[in-house]
Amino acid sequence: MSEITSLRDGLLADIATADTLDAVEALRVGALGKSGVVTGLLKTLGAMTPEERQAKGPAIHDLRESVTAAITARKAALESAALDARLAAERIDMSLPAQPVPQGSVHPVSQVMDELAEIFADLGFSVATGPEIEDDWRNFTALNIPETHPARAMHDTFYFGDNARATGGDGNPAAMLLRTHTSPVQIRTMMNEAPPIRIIAPGRVYRSDSDATHTPMFHQIEGLVIDKGITLGHLKWTLETFLKAYFERDDLAIRLRPSFFPFTEPSVEFDASYSLVNGQRVLGGNDGFMELGGSGMVHPNVIRACGLDPQEWQGFAFGIGVDRLAMLKYGMNDLRAFFDGDLRWLRHYGFSALDVPTLSGGVGA
Amino acid sequence: MKFTLSWLKEHLETDATLDEVLVALTDVGLEVEGVENPAEKLAGFKIAKVLTAAPHPQADKLQVLSVDAGDGPMQVVCGAPNARAGLVGVFGTPGTTVPANGMVLRVAAIRGVESNGMMCSSRELELGDDHEGIIELPADAPVGTAFADYAQLDDPVIDVSITPNRQDCMGVRGIARDLAAKGLGRLRALDDIVAMLPQIAPDGPGPDVRTDDPDGCPAFYAQSVHSVSNGPAPEWLQRRLKAIGQKPISALVDITNFIMIGLGRPLHVYDMASLKGGLVARKAMAGEQVLALNGKTYALTETMTVIADAETVHDIGGIMGGEHSGAQDGTTDVLIECAYFTPETIAQTGQALALTSDARQRFERGVDPAFLDEGLAIATRLVLALCGGKASAVTRAGTPPTQPNIVTGYLPEMVEGLAGVSVAPDRQQAILASLGFTVESGETWAVTAPSWRRDIAGTADIVEEVVRIEGLDKVPSTPLPRAPGVARPTATPLQLVERRARRAAAAHGLNEAINWSFISEAEAAPFGGGDWTLANPISEDMKVMRPTLLAGLLSAARRNADRGAASVRLFEIGRRYFRDTDGSSSEHPTLGLVMAGEKQPRGWQDGKAKAFDAFDAKAEVLALLTAIDAPVAKLQMMGDAGHAYHPGQSGTLRLGPKTVVAAYGVLHPRLARAFDLDGTVVAAEIYLDAIPQRKKSGFMRAPYAPPALQAVTRDFAFLVPEALEGDALVRAVRGADRNAIVEARLFDVFAGQGVPEGHKSLAIEVTLQPGEKSFTDDELKGIAERIVAAAGKVGASLRG
Repeated sequence: MSEITSLRDGLLADIATADTLDAVEALRVGALGKSGVVTGLLKTLGAMTPEERQAKGPAIHDLRESVTAAITARKAALESAALDARLAAERIDMSLPAQPVPQGSVHPVSQVMDELAEIFADLGFSVATGPEIEDDWRNFTALNIPETHPARAMHDTFYFGDNARATGGDGNPAAMLLRTHTSPVQIRTMMNEAPPIRIIAPGRVYRSDSDATHTPMFHQIEGLVIDKGITLGHLKWTLETFLKAYFERDDLAIRLRPSFFPFTEPSVEFDASYSLVNGQRVLGGNDGFMELGGSGMVHPNVIRACGLDPQEWQGFAFGIGVDRLAMLKYGMNDLRAFFDGDLRWLRHYGFSALDVPTLSGGVGA
Repeated sequence: MKFTLSWLKEHLETDATLDEVLVALTDVGLEVEGVENPAEKLAGFKIAKVLTAAPHPQADKLQVLSVDAGDGPMQVVCGAPNARAGLVGVFGTPGTTVPANGMVLRVAAIRGVESNGMMCSSRELELGDDHEGIIELPADAPVGTAFADYAQLDDPVIDVSITPNRQDCMGVRGIARDLAAKGLGRLRALDDIVAMLPQIAPDGPGPDVRTDDPDGCPAFYAQSVHSVSNGPAPEWLQRRLKAIGQKPISALVDITNFIMIGLGRPLHVYDMASLKGGLVARKAMAGEQVLALNGKTYALTETMTVIADAETVHDIGGIMGGEHSGAQDGTTDVLIECAYFTPETIAQTGQALALTSDARQRFERGVDPAFLDEGLAIATRLVLALCGGKASAVTRAGTPPTQPNIVTGYLPEMVEGLAGVSVAPDRQQAILASLGFTVESGETWAVTAPSWRRDIAGTADIVEEVVRIEGLDKVPSTPLPRAPGVARPTATPLQLVERRARRAAAAHGLNEAINWSFISEAEAAPFGGGDWTLANPISEDMKVMRPTLLAGLLSAARRNADRGAASVRLFEIGRRYFRDTDGSSSEHPTLGLVMAGEKQPRGWQDGKAKAFDAFDAKAEVLALLTAIDAPVAKLQMMGDAGHAYHPGQSGTLRLGPKTVVAAYGVLHPRLARAFDLDGTVVAAEIYLDAIPQRKKSGFMRAPYAPPALQAVTRDFAFLVPEALEGDALVRAVRGADRNAIVEARLFDVFAGQGVPEGHKSLAIEVTLQPGEKSFTDDELKGIAERIVAAAGKVGASLRG
């Protein structure tokens, strides 16, 4: 008995002090290998009488188990220590910077156009487009601005000259120009589609004007409704509804003022109420009104020019600057920066790709 | 258009306050642009008398004055040469602000002598240009009185913007009429206003004038006044004109300006001594020139109407008078012209000469054709009153177009039908009458517009008149009828493509810019030049409609680089502009992108910064094409991306040989240099309208279940001639067994040791997808043989 006990104590002591995995393995082979001491003892069991086996067997098996368990435990401990040591050696300064993932941005004008498309879709308006290089019939004549009308001079038009004439919307040769407003899209839509019509037409427009607050190219959005029984009241509601949704302000009020545009009669300019916040005008509230855009009931001459009967069809149109809408909502104050491509500006005022305007998530970002 | 409140009140009898006037102006469509009371900036300036003046002990050019501004003597240091005892002038007490420079006056020591304010010059008070000395007022000016009150400057100046249809409001009287209609008071009769002027007792025949151009100048009325004495206009007239920013010139000229601004009626006064014979309105003759009042010489053409005598042109009719025949200080005999010029002719002439004037603004909008006689008579009476002399009879050459302008078929219900607000018929009649319209009401109304309202043409115009006076605030907000249910989608397929492309590009780290649609000719040249060149560009840099988006992006990249940006990733979605064979515009929506500078900055992990290469452009193009649902698998890679690109590091993606969907690559170094960009610049354009739009047939996807068996991969290495494009081999391999091969990916390119000269080794990983059963060895062998055979057709041999 004491033989086995002392063997076990000796083995367990050796295992406990083995300090490498190799040493543990050597002990395992010495004890449990083919010619190990424990294996040797186990082999003696076969030659024993049942009585002897019953007397010595449990002790020998017990020896094997305790040695096996001790080796497994020692091995795990050493492995764990080795892993700890490796991990300790692998430690790096996690405060070091990671490679930046480049961040892109959507231009505010594009974002605002998407916002407007979203709002107007809910009001049943689809988005129409037209060419930016237009003929003077569609840009002026059909819009009730004859050649000598002083309003043509108001428009600071870019022309392409006599060598670049083409067929105008009325079938006659016409001077080509850069559209001065998005209103020719009205003409194209009324000529190509049967009423009722509800469209918005956003896009680039051009005037030969360049100073601190004007750029020769800018963005406008046109709205047009042609139907039966449409009045200035519908115009007022549409402007109110869209501006409240766009600025997300229920306290935004609209004021209509008589004005003049050749293509509308009556013509009105629309102002929106603002409040002063830290000296800046914020849309909504009631500290005053600011001018936003032009509008009116589509002139019978325009409806007629498009081949529709003004006795039967009437409606309203409005126009407003998209860049201006962006500035008023998001606070930029320099129009020229919109067209400069300065990455610092684009990152600051631009929008994340995932800021897709939705009615449920909100059209502002 | 500027006018003073007192001028308005000459025509409008009213108790309304300034604020009420301003609100009413805007309400009727005369938008108030600004209002300013000159008295406000002169607050604190008083009339003062210099009691004594003594030399300054420390300075030769200064004097020490004792000044009484009503509160007893005060010591003031003054440098004006005209300062002297007894002078009555304008004194600013400490604390007041000098209008001209915003300086606040303080008690200060000037060269050691205390000064308690300032005696002011005209320029310091913004009353004129005179800065030679301090203002000298009449000796009886009341000392201590506020100067603004004394000078009658407490009169607000109102600036309204007049829309092009309202010529009648380019005179104070027209504005007064609108305000009276709005209910702000009563429009005084013009006869009453001019009642105090002397009546005309015509003496002698009217001047010799005629019109030979009835189209451009249908009526030329004139009257002469002899033995006038011209000089400065009286104070009240000068004050009126100065208040609104008009410079007083002489009584005769000031009278014409006074009538033009007060009554909207431009006139011209000629010095008869400078005329040779009578005056005729005629078309200019080719080669004629005129030196106008603004000191510039204008070359005239045969379409322009002028006023000339027997020898020379004296006036660009209705636009600007000539330098040599205007009224001068010594003028004694004058001819007053009151003509009607055809608006269209004036507009054309004014545009052609690029010449604007107060007269042109009024004539081209159309002055009142029924106001020639009265306008001329008032002018003559004013001349008689202010300059004396004897008036001739009136000569009336031609006839102004005064046929009545009648709108028929008007119904009072039209107001509600168009404007959505109901206005009672008798109220409508009253509004129209107050604006000068006459109404014959029957089953429908016949409404005659007043002669000064040339803009009235149809029933909608009548509605507008009623509504703008009734008040647009009465228009109710009326909801548009709404289609039942949830709003339908409205975006077109191309709009969706643009939106997805934009947001995909931004998600990939590109920043969206918006660049000018016009570029310079030099910038357009490498891209084949532009089809559209502006006749009147704002500058040479903005002259040609862009045939490419890259020019604008490269300019933006350079600006960013100049500002120190190390890495530039920019894109734009916009149009390229071409011209169709029929001359019409062909505009192509395009996405352009430019990447320049560092792709990745230097870092502790990878060391040096990395530049972009051609494959960054290719990767971006393919990712964007995938995002917009383009048929990427069908696209063929071909060379020839054009002169803008590096010939060996660029390519195009095409659908069939002709339809180019995208071009990309390394920018040609010459072009990069032309844009001052250093290092490798990569660029791409995706031609969004060249991509076929998938037809959507419902939302159902093709049925699909992931295969049960795992795919297996096999690698093949081929020797190919160096010139063979990798894509050709990959396509050949992929096509070798369309059932089994689901992907072929080139993963290694090698040339050098072990590879024969003129060849390269391409390694391809082929993914094979088994169907119902796993591949047998024979099947795998068969597939491999087919792959090798297909590769052989493009000149590749399996590498041993």
